[in-house]
Amino acid sequence: MSILIILLLPLIAAVLVCLPLKKAWAPGVTVVSSLATLILSARVAWLVSAGNSVTADLSANWIAVDGLSALILVLIAFVATTAAIYSVGYMAHGNLKLGKLRLYYINYNLFVFSMLAIPVLAEPTLVWIVVELTTLASALLVSFENTREALEAAWKYVVLSLMGAGMALFGFLVLFAAMQASGSTAAYTWSHLIDAAPLMPPVLLQTAFLLILIGLGTKVGLVPMHTWLPDAHSQAPSPVCALLSGIETTSILYVILRLFPVMQAAPNSHAETWAIVLGLISVGTAAFLLLQVKDYKRLFAFSTVEHMGIILTALGLGASVAGYGAMQQIVSHCVTKSFCFFAAGAVLLSVETRQISSIRGLIRQSPIASAALVFGGLAITGAPPLAVFLSEFSILKAGLTQKEYLATGLLAVFIVVAFFGIMLHVNRMVFGAKEIEADEHANSETASPLHRFTASPLPVSCKLALVVAAVPVLVFGFYIPQPLNELLTQAAAALTK
Amino acid sequence: MSDTTNQLLNNLNSLVTGLFLLTAFGIVAMRQARGVLFLFIVQSLLLAASAVLLGLRYTSHHLYGVAVVNLISKPIIVPWLLRKTSPSEVYTRREVDQVLNIPTALLIALALAILAYFLGLPLLNAVAPEFRGPNVPIGIAGLLLGAFTITVRREALPLLIGLLVMENGAFLAGIDIARNLKMLIELAIATDGLIIVFIMSVLTRAVQKQVGTTAVGELASLKETTVEPADKPANHRNDDERIFNNAR
Repeated sequence: MSILIILLLPLIAAVLVCLPLKKAWAPGVTVVSSLATLILSARVAWLVSAGNSVTADLSANWIAVDGLSALILVLIAFVATTAAIYSVGYMAHGNLKLGKLRLYYINYNLFVFSMLAIPVLAEPTLVWIVVELTTLASALLVSFENTREALEAAWKYVVLSLMGAGMALFGFLVLFAAMQASGSTAAYTWSHLIDAAPLMPPVLLQTAFLLILIGLGTKVGLVPMHTWLPDAHSQAPSPVCALLSGIETTSILYVILRLFPVMQAAPNSHAETWAIVLGLISVGTAAFLLLQVKDYKRLFAFSTVEHMGIILTALGLGASVAGYGAMQQIVSHCVTKSFCFFAAGAVLLSVETRQISSIRGLIRQSPIASAALVFGGLAITGAPPLAVFLSEFSILKAGLTQKEYLATGLLAVFIVVAFFGIMLHVNRMVFGAKEIEADEHANSETASPLHRFTASPLPVSCKLALVVAAVPVLVFGFYIPQPLNELLTQAAAALTK
Repeated sequence: MSDTTNQLLNNLNSLVTGLFLLTAFGIVAMRQARGVLFLFIVQSLLLAASAVLLGLRYTSHHLYGVAVVNLISKPIIVPWLLRKTSPSEVYTRREVDQVLNIPTALLIALALAILAYFLGLPLLNAVAPEFRGPNVPIGIAGLLLGAFTITVRREALPLLIGLLVMENGAFLAGIDIARNLKMLIELAIATDGLIIVFIMSVLTRAVQKQVGTTAVGELASLKETTVEPADKPANHRNDDERIFNNAR
């Protein structure tokens, strides 16, 4: 029952937001509903980790929640909550009209709803539909600032994601045909797919896997289908970027992950090889593109491409060994990346430019934003003792025990390159000497004329969101609570047959 | 049903799917935005017809439901939504500077259709004989031609239709090989197309207001290498176009 309430809450919030009340109403409703969602999801995750069923009163053909679903669910609720808190101050900053603000929160809640539905639905084609809905609900959030660049980003995002979705739809239909061809008469769900897999015609299963991997991989941002991602993830308002980069990519990746046990159950499938190849290409390309980025939000967007590649590579190294590390990486990526975009938003609020080259010596201008940016940069690149370090370490360790020296070595090299790429830019922005670079770009059209003087204080809600988001980044670096550990183990087990 | 009726239904389905492929070619080649929309409507009608024929042939009644949903959503609601939400400019536009000229585009489309046949063949060999209709290879061709339309077009409406053609293609294959899928799912997929149209129209309107053109292919300022906000020539062209359109 609580699953249904979790799904209903954002929908109710989306309706309530429309009520013609004061300016504080829409943000308030959204914060309250996302907090309630977080509490309920945490309870679901708690119950699942203790081995209880949370869907006893619901039809298993429609809704099913296992460890993997619960993990993704609670992560979505967490990022949605911190982003909602962050939005309060961030959106108030722009002095928007009431209608525009309402539109933001309607789309925000619909977007959160569509994401929450992904992990709990059991029927693959229904999951495809909610994946489509995530694109459509977030499109207007990406274009929210209504500048030429934001519209371009939104357009690319929608067209490429929907092209991918078209392929994925065909993939899911072929998968259904494969299940029918195996002689199975059970309902079309993730768990029945695993049962039917050994008898499926290999050509159908592999075609379906590839179509879905490439189709949904477009939305995850795997190279070479990633071209829209840095645009969309940098042009949207910062709290939306946190949702897009932190959790949307991961929840779409979850759908691909669901196919791995199916592929393992079938004889000689090559899912691992595909995962390693696509994963390493993504990590490598993103790591080297990071070096030449000009916009600090794009920096974190490319880092998302890198992290999706790391998770996929981990699965390629063998879900039974590296599965736990991959799940850990999903958690650490979600909490850290959302923090990074909150930090980037804080920088944007204080200097009003996205150009790395026009920001120097930020530490003197805005100490809080600078501290957040440095912390976020260190955290996302895997500096010890933060969450990403631990998860990347356990993936590399798993790779070595599997004797996959080439893939593990390449992965390690790319992670190091990405570390230098991100920290190089962050370091220059925060500690760089101001005068030399500032003059060089004084005439740059992109740098807003305001950027040197508007050191406005950071809104309280933004500070609060930064603090709340930083807690798991710090804590998961050296301590994983027992229920979470149990959940991660169960999620990793769901990745193998 | 007797063998001759079945044979007749199979042949009719082949005819309908063949015409479906033809409309996909037409959409690749057509320059007039209104013509593209018309061809898309015809294509959706053919999709519905194929669903009815398959429903009769294999007595699977929920395919009639699919046909009805398709008849209502695509030929009626899609044009209505477009008219309500899109700027009227999208209809009147003619694409003069396409990325490829028409003969080249059609030749590539032909190659894609042949490719689709070879991609569909191994899939058909793996399923039971009753699923081996012409729908799968032609559906794949629809998918590929839709994607091709998106890559060579710059105007908003043909791009949107390209996306819908991809979905039509996947659906045409789906009503054959995934015939027993739940009705609810098919309904949801059809509704999804409407949301796509709505969101894309809203975006198009915003682009037209902000940038002054519906040639969304011209939007190409977000890159890694250039620090400048946009490449100048494209900007000027848009300005000229806007002035030209206003004057008209």
